[in-house]
Amino acid sequence: MTGLFGEIFLSALLFGAVTAAIPLLLAGLGEQMSEKAGVLNIGIEGMMLAGAYLGFVGAFYSGSLWLGFLTSAGGGIAVALVMALLCVRIGLNQIVIGIALTLGLEGLTALLHHFQFSRSYPRLPAVDVTVIPLLSDIPVIGPALFRQHLSVYLAVALVFAMGYVYRRTQLGLNLQAAGDKPAALDVAGIDVVRTRTIAVLTTGALAGLGGAFLANVGAGLFIPFITNGAGFLGIVLAMLARGRPVWVLFGALLFGVCLSLTTAMQVAGINIPTDVIQMLPFLAVMIMLVLFGRRASLPAALGIPYERGAR
Amino acid sequence: MSSASSLSVDKRDIVALEGVTKRFPGVVANDSVDLAIRPGEVHVLLGENGAGKSTLIGMLSGLQQPDEGRILVDGEPTAITSPRHALALGIGTVFQHMMLVPTLTVAENLLLGGPWWQRPKTEELEARVAEITRTLGITVKLHARVSELSLGEQQQVEILRAMVRNSRLLILDESTSMLTPKGIDELGALMRRLVEQGLAIVFITHKLKEAAAFGDRISVLKLGRKVGEIPPERFRALGEQVIISEIVELMFGKQKDDPEAAERPVRTIHAEAAPLLQVHDLGVAPTDDAPGLSSISFDIRPGELLGIAGIDGNGQKQLAEALAGQRATAYGSVRLQGATIDALSVGERRERGLRYLTDDRLGEGTVGTFPVSINFFLKQVGAAPFWRRGVEQRAEIDKRAAQLVREYDVRTPSLKTPVARLSGGNIQKVLLARELAEGAKVVIFNKPTYGLDLANTLASRQRIRDTAARGLAVLLISTDLEELLSMCDRIAVIANGLLVGTVENADDARTKIGRLMIGLAA
Repeated sequence: MTGLFGEIFLSALLFGAVTAAIPLLLAGLGEQMSEKAGVLNIGIEGMMLAGAYLGFVGAFYSGSLWLGFLTSAGGGIAVALVMALLCVRIGLNQIVIGIALTLGLEGLTALLHHFQFSRSYPRLPAVDVTVIPLLSDIPVIGPALFRQHLSVYLAVALVFAMGYVYRRTQLGLNLQAAGDKPAALDVAGIDVVRTRTIAVLTTGALAGLGGAFLANVGAGLFIPFITNGAGFLGIVLAMLARGRPVWVLFGALLFGVCLSLTTAMQVAGINIPTDVIQMLPFLAVMIMLVLFGRRASLPAALGIPYERGAR
Repeated sequence: MSSASSLSVDKRDIVALEGVTKRFPGVVANDSVDLAIRPGEVHVLLGENGAGKSTLIGMLSGLQQPDEGRILVDGEPTAITSPRHALALGIGTVFQHMMLVPTLTVAENLLLGGPWWQRPKTEELEARVAEITRTLGITVKLHARVSELSLGEQQQVEILRAMVRNSRLLILDESTSMLTPKGIDELGALMRRLVEQGLAIVFITHKLKEAAAFGDRISVLKLGRKVGEIPPERFRALGEQVIISEIVELMFGKQKDDPEAAERPVRTIHAEAAPLLQVHDLGVAPTDDAPGLSSISFDIRPGELLGIAGIDGNGQKQLAEALAGQRATAYGSVRLQGATIDALSVGERRERGLRYLTDDRLGEGTVGTFPVSINFFLKQVGAAPFWRRGVEQRAEIDKRAAQLVREYDVRTPSLKTPVARLSGGNIQKVLLARELAEGAKVVIFNKPTYGLDLANTLASRQRIRDTAARGLAVLLISTDLEELLSMCDRIAVIANGLLVGTVENADDARTKIGRLMIGLAA
């Protein structure tokens, strides 16, 4: 009994949940921004992969985790630039381009990895944790939540920063108008294409950071397909969060617990086939969609390229 | 009032159009239009649908650029390149379709458009709005979500937005079309207060009474051309009745050397013949976006061509759809050859010879991606001889389709061409061929020549005349008075879902109908 539900086990479970949640959080926040502005960004999985790969390369060769984050954001933005060009500026189908980008990046990063690292499988050293005084002494949740890498705290802080941007800034208004009634934004004198481009590029940066966290902080290495659907989970989170960053955080933590449980249950040696356990997070997605999917209110112009004067 | 000041002729126009022409594929939307817009004046642009009013507005608000001619702002030739540019020039537009973000509050909508790195200046806005609303005598709920406001309130927000941005010229595009009568009066009063503050207003409408009631200067557009202007001096000198009849003459008057002019052959209709179509006290409940019909009654005898005149959107489509069985009726009865058909479905009515040619040729009339051949038989899908046991008989269909293509002179590359690729005129021929096919007794034409070029217009009209000559009863719904006058035996006028009068097509019909259309007794 104590073996399974003891303090240490629970703490490890929670710690794992947070580590698993951060990439989802970053992907969800990124996707949310695109969707707010009216762009359905299916390519986010590809952006995460680009970020994970470049983030790992950057961190591995420079020896600096933070430089790795920088290159990962650059990788995500590079993929997002393609998306913005094709879907926002030229107005091609967002779903088709998004799928193409994801599949393309899966192949490309796997190939690059094969040539560069398939013999050596290099790893990054374990990351330093930042211990928050006092709070980290709380039993169970203290070690789980307050002995994390600095980037975890920054990611959580980002949730509130995004909330501020959406509710209190001109950019927030512009983004929402671009998604709900782009024509109104256009006649108000704001370039819809530019607004949406900003949103998509930000998504790319956030997705890239999420990928880098997954590879560098979570796993310490890059393997092909490392994101394993994290970007798609981000899309689900963004859809369920109804435009509120804080709901993305809650959702990400929930999925994080599920993902962490799969590891924990394997470790604990519970007699359930691994495949069933690994299915758990996705089962959670389906349950959440059944429960809350109908409440998801999406921007009116989501997925529709803007063309001036078209009615 | 804009009294003595606007009389000074040398006052410079805020905006002037000189010979502005705008073409779209197949249409000339504006043909060499001149327009002078002055401060302190409500300049009414009057014209029917398709007269080119909205295109003109698109060019003033930076959504479109003229192909020829130029726009002068404060006397300087200016290319208005974008909505932002128009706003910067002081041109604010309230579009026909609401341009507010429904999920944002009024204040947020008004703040939209500021530099993105700034925080919205809410306090500044509140002060500014308070000042404007006080002078205009309107109240605006700044913190209500736009989706919770009525259409009239939303419109006030849009006007307010133009004011907040220091517009010198306010353009109102068909702004009364969605308002209640009370809302329209309020808008009129608001416009008056705005011009008193020195603003210039361009007010677009197709309603004559509003033009006469709210305007200082009236320009009449017809088929993309400006056919007349009544300046403020004349406006005040003449009585309202004279103004109205002058505008009627401009809008509906016959033009010289009109190529569409055709002698109407005098036909004799057997007055004693039993009517083919009898409509008695027909009513349709109004919906959110369409007027209802009340107490519509008329008969059409064999060989008779009855016209329905009226300004677009007064219930014409509802009438056609109610007759065809596509719209539920609230009360009343329709008889075809004496037998009541109220309980019959669309298909059964067609089966019995009631045919309806929709004005929505591509949306409702045809399936654009289907080949021409199939579109001839859309309403007979599954029926022999073109389908047998659920299987399409390609040879049978192509044989008959080829006949119809020849007979109706459909210009198509092949029978397999998707119908949407044809021109409007040829799509109309496909529809004509389909609806006039064997068994037709009563045919309803809804705006049959709308959007067609001259040659196809004339061909369609001839086809309709022939239909009546064959002894069928024809109901011709049109917003083109010339068309009705050149073809019909009798013309009924519809206004607000009511038949306000029926006129024999005699010499004085034009004036009588014109007066009925704008709400004056014949």
